[in-house]
Amino acid sequence: MSNEYKSAIRMEGVTKTFGSVIANQNINLDIRYGEVLSLLGENGSGKTTLMNMLSGIYFPDAGQIYVNDEPVMIRSPKDAFDLKIGMIHQHFKLVDVFTAAENIVLGLNEGKRYDKKEVARRVREICAKYGFDIDPEQKVYSMSVSQKQTLEIVKVLYRGADILILDEPTAVLTLQEIEKLFSVIRNMRADGKSVVIITHKLNEVLAVSDRVAILRHGEYIATVDTKDATELSLTEMMVGKKVELDIARDDIADKKLRLAVKDLTVVNGDGITVLDHISFDAFSGEILGVAGISGCGQKELLESIAGLQKTAEGASVVFSDPESGEEKQLIGTNPKKIRELGVHLSFVPEDRLGMGLVGSMGMTENMMLKNYSDGKSLFLDRKQSKALAERILTELEVVTPGINTPVRRLSGGNVQKVLVGREIAAAPTVLMTAYAVRGLDINTSYTIYNLLNEQKKSGVAVIYVGEDLDVLLQLCDRIMVLCGGKITGIVDGRTATKEQVGALMVKSH
Amino acid sequence: MSHLPQTHKKEPLVRIVKRDAVSAKKAWGIRIIGLLCALVVCAVLIFALTKLNPISVYTSMFRGAFGTARRSWQTIRDAMMLLCVSLGLAPAFMMRFWNIGAEGQILVGGVATAGCMIYLGDKMPTPLLFVVMFAASILAGALWGFVPAFFKAKFGTNETLFTLMMNYIAIQLTSYFVALWEKPFGSNTVGIINDRTNAGWFRPLFGQQYGWNVVIVLLITIGMYFYLRHSKQGYEIQVVGESENTARYAGINVRRVIMRTMIISGSICGLSGFIAVAGAGHTISVSTAGGRGFTAIIVAWLSKFNPFVMIIFSFLLAFLDKGAAEIASKFNLNDHVSSILKGIILFFVLGSEFFITYKLIFRKSEKEIAAKEEK
Repeated sequence: MSNEYKSAIRMEGVTKTFGSVIANQNINLDIRYGEVLSLLGENGSGKTTLMNMLSGIYFPDAGQIYVNDEPVMIRSPKDAFDLKIGMIHQHFKLVDVFTAAENIVLGLNEGKRYDKKEVARRVREICAKYGFDIDPEQKVYSMSVSQKQTLEIVKVLYRGADILILDEPTAVLTLQEIEKLFSVIRNMRADGKSVVIITHKLNEVLAVSDRVAILRHGEYIATVDTKDATELSLTEMMVGKKVELDIARDDIADKKLRLAVKDLTVVNGDGITVLDHISFDAFSGEILGVAGISGCGQKELLESIAGLQKTAEGASVVFSDPESGEEKQLIGTNPKKIRELGVHLSFVPEDRLGMGLVGSMGMTENMMLKNYSDGKSLFLDRKQSKALAERILTELEVVTPGINTPVRRLSGGNVQKVLVGREIAAAPTVLMTAYAVRGLDINTSYTIYNLLNEQKKSGVAVIYVGEDLDVLLQLCDRIMVLCGGKITGIVDGRTATKEQVGALMVKSH
Repeated sequence: MSHLPQTHKKEPLVRIVKRDAVSAKKAWGIRIIGLLCALVVCAVLIFALTKLNPISVYTSMFRGAFGTARRSWQTIRDAMMLLCVSLGLAPAFMMRFWNIGAEGQILVGGVATAGCMIYLGDKMPTPLLFVVMFAASILAGALWGFVPAFFKAKFGTNETLFTLMMNYIAIQLTSYFVALWEKPFGSNTVGIINDRTNAGWFRPLFGQQYGWNVVIVLLITIGMYFYLRHSKQGYEIQVVGESENTARYAGINVRRVIMRTMIISGSICGLSGFIAVAGAGHTISVSTAGGRGFTAIIVAWLSKFNPFVMIIFSFLLAFLDKGAAEIASKFNLNDHVSSILKGIILFFVLGSEFFITYKLIFRKSEKEIAAKEEK
């Protein structure tokens, strides 16, 4: 049915600009049937923009797209579907209160009335063929992230897509789920479909794809066969210069108890216990890693310490002041009280623009988010914030049109630099970060690792909630593993293995 | 692979593309072009519907608003009223608190003022009377703003419905007081309050009847500018408006900010009730607010909460009102024609905001493409 070199899509000289920003410049790309193509590049290198032009969301400023060697105009997502191109977006586009089957036929307009049984039958057929597992009658709001993603894939297959584009499909999945996804992708390839995966994770590129196309700063670099590529060679093409793949880890210099957490329990609004009697200590000059499948209580743990989360009776978080030696209870406080207690607690939350920063404000005004109320004056003092914003701009090489440009307009990596920069500038004694490098490219990730190591060296107690086990094992001195709101183990980062931590992450009680 | 449908689709005729940040100069240029386009469309419509000369219609519109000193001052008076309400709404909307209850807040402020004038008018020295009226209107407005804010902060109720319902309470309350203070008996109006003594009326300032209106509102304008842009409380309002999570993270007491801001918002709206009664109408009725509580929402958003820009839009709307009324009476048109004109002009003004954020790219014709290729 398919022959290995049959071209599915060819892009020639495709260019797309947004205002003065060039997202894609003169891109040539070739996608074949019966193969998995990885589209690799750093954040902001234009991967998603390029694929959005295939799925009809954007329209190119210049260049030509060919599908099956015929020139086409893709003006809307409907045109893309007509050409049998389907894209699974990073942020799912599903209606929560509808069932899986209803979401699948939504907007399809098949001309006749909605035949529940027929839809369910066809959905099951697709599931059986490729090895998916979804229930057509299940409502979306009761689905896990991985089920939602499966549904998105089934949705485009139901519409007869032969060319599937997956945007960062593994970002939200666990290791096991990723394996499952990859086996489905391989089944689709065997069926002659063409699959494009947008990613910046090298190990996944090597594991699943046949060819890799690399973009850098909106420009097309090359396409190589995966079998001839190594992590190092791909990295070089992706970032343009050699980067060291090792993360530095210094020995702990001055280890003193800084935070003692005891019996921390959190019950959420639905009555579910998300943290169950957590007890641990964090020390100065140490990076304490927190590993676990996402949603195992990491968010609640950090927010409890930061005074943002209601905790159950009996919980205790005691901070030992390095200067006075005083012990201070943080439970029952709020961020303002914590500051008033003289505790320098910095927190880089997971939701950068929804919690850590104000998207509509520029760097200057974001700098004063936590200390704007200092002093007796009724009016704001912008001078210091402006100086700090300028310092962070140059020291962390933030790319922005200006310090007053709303931070929402910056790319993901630059947003994180602004946030981490501010939190470190506050001279913390405890620094908590949640998924500090999520979605960041290699260069920016290393900038963050280095900043964390500097903080450790200067005696800060760092708590690093992460998802990449390789990074956790290289960066952290100790790793605490959470599973279902409980601590399943605390291991030494220098001696522990990936398998050991992985096993703790899924350990049942 | 199955055969694909043949696609011979052309490039889309028009595409909407987001612009880079536009300079203030260019933005105002776009707005002025929008206004000119509106005038042209209105001219065509006027001629088509009424066969009148559009130029003479425009001229009389202008005369209606600024033709005589008296008319000019009335336009200024109305603009100041509208501006005052818009200033009251600005902090609430900046906090993304959908206060559509300004209408009610104006009314209760007006009722409080009228009550003071009726019961205390001849019992107090003038300066003290003004202080009492001023305070009463602010308190009444603040209460009307505080109630929905309290329920929003404590129980997460929807402020849009709540503030709207508060309007109806205010309207009924006003009807009650109108009946109570009816004068002369059976007229179902309050009539001119203190028409003999003029107690509680704004005195002329610099020889102008509405001098005080202008001074008070402009002072609030300047104050609001500094409050929103440079005060710590203004900063808190912006953060809460953007994201409550960020506000909590920053240590801001979100509930307190919501309640405090709505007390301020309601107070200023109540104060505009005071100006409407003591400084303009000298009476109270259910139409004292006259829809300004809603029109002011347009002013506040169009100005992007910048108090000084609000002056311009308040004048534009007051001008349109006065001008429309004038052409309706002068050319014997019915009210609806002037409402249509007002609508068209507003449509274009609002539309120009779209063109400030986005631009259109048209498909190049085949000739153009051919010409380009030859080069």
